Amino acid sequence: MSNIPLIHFLIVAAALFSIGLAVAITKKNLIGILLGIELMLNAVNLNLVAFSRHDPERLGGQLFSLFVIVVAVAEITVALAIILRVYGQFNTVEPDRIDELKS
Amino acid sequence: MELIAFYGFAFLAIASALFILLSKNLIYSAFSLFLTFLGVAALYVLAGADFLAVTQIMIYVGGVLVLLIFGIMLTQQTNKGAHSSTSNRIMAESGRRFPGFALALLCFLFFTYVILSANFRIAGNVNLSKSTIKTIGVELMTSHLLPFEIAGILLLVALVGAAYLALNRNPTHE
Repeated sequence: MSNIPLIHFLIVAAALFSIGLAVAITKKNLIGILLGIELMLNAVNLNLVAFSRHDPERLGGQLFSLFVIVVAVAEITVALAIILRVYGQFNTVEPDRIDELKS
Repeated sequence: MELIAFYGFAFLAIASALFILLSKNLIYSAFSLFLTFLGVAALYVLAGADFLAVTQIMIYVGGVLVLLIFGIMLTQQTNKGAHSSTSNRIMAESGRRFPGFALALLCFLFFTYVILSANFRIAGNVNLSKSTIKTIGVELMTSHLLPFEIAGILLLVALVGAAYLALNRNPTHE
């Protein structure tokens, strides 16, 4: 297990983060933007886990990524509830067409 | 051998992430996000984080993805029939597409440059012969107790807030 260099994990995580950023920017749907954010959080977790390999006594990186997962789950539930409310109000989930405070 | 497995799973994760980026259908994007999560979980195993890999599969695949697919289905389904009652929409190519790709590419090149020029000097030696579950449990209950409790309260608050927000308070929809 230990013969995979650290650099490979970091490059893969950088690629995943960039793709997640592109998804979050280019998608025309609120849920698509959420998919991109989840992808970026996963890439960050991969970085933390890869560094935590060299700290087997305390495992600070793995604990941190555990908390990142918790925060991501809380964020996604609240975001989906807000998206459902927005859909009930505006009948659309495209952020380009939601341009009124009161409809 | 492990390097081959690493490249395979990394290719799986990145290819399905690219499919998310390029696909038009949101349901296909959600299902390829599933493949990406599985690939990342396999990379966790290869990095020696067995507990986190199982957590990833249980939480993301079992919880978040089901929630996302529910959200997609609840917001996409009735969109088709409502078109005739509204005025015609002009479909235009999104102007964000090229800037998004360019920004992501620049980001990736910058990250690669930083990683390759960082020249990490790793202090500890890699010892992955034992499971990480015991260490994580002991650390959570001793030195990380306060963040653990705060995470519990955060989850409770998110549960209450999501349930309150998702209540149908609009009388016309009932």
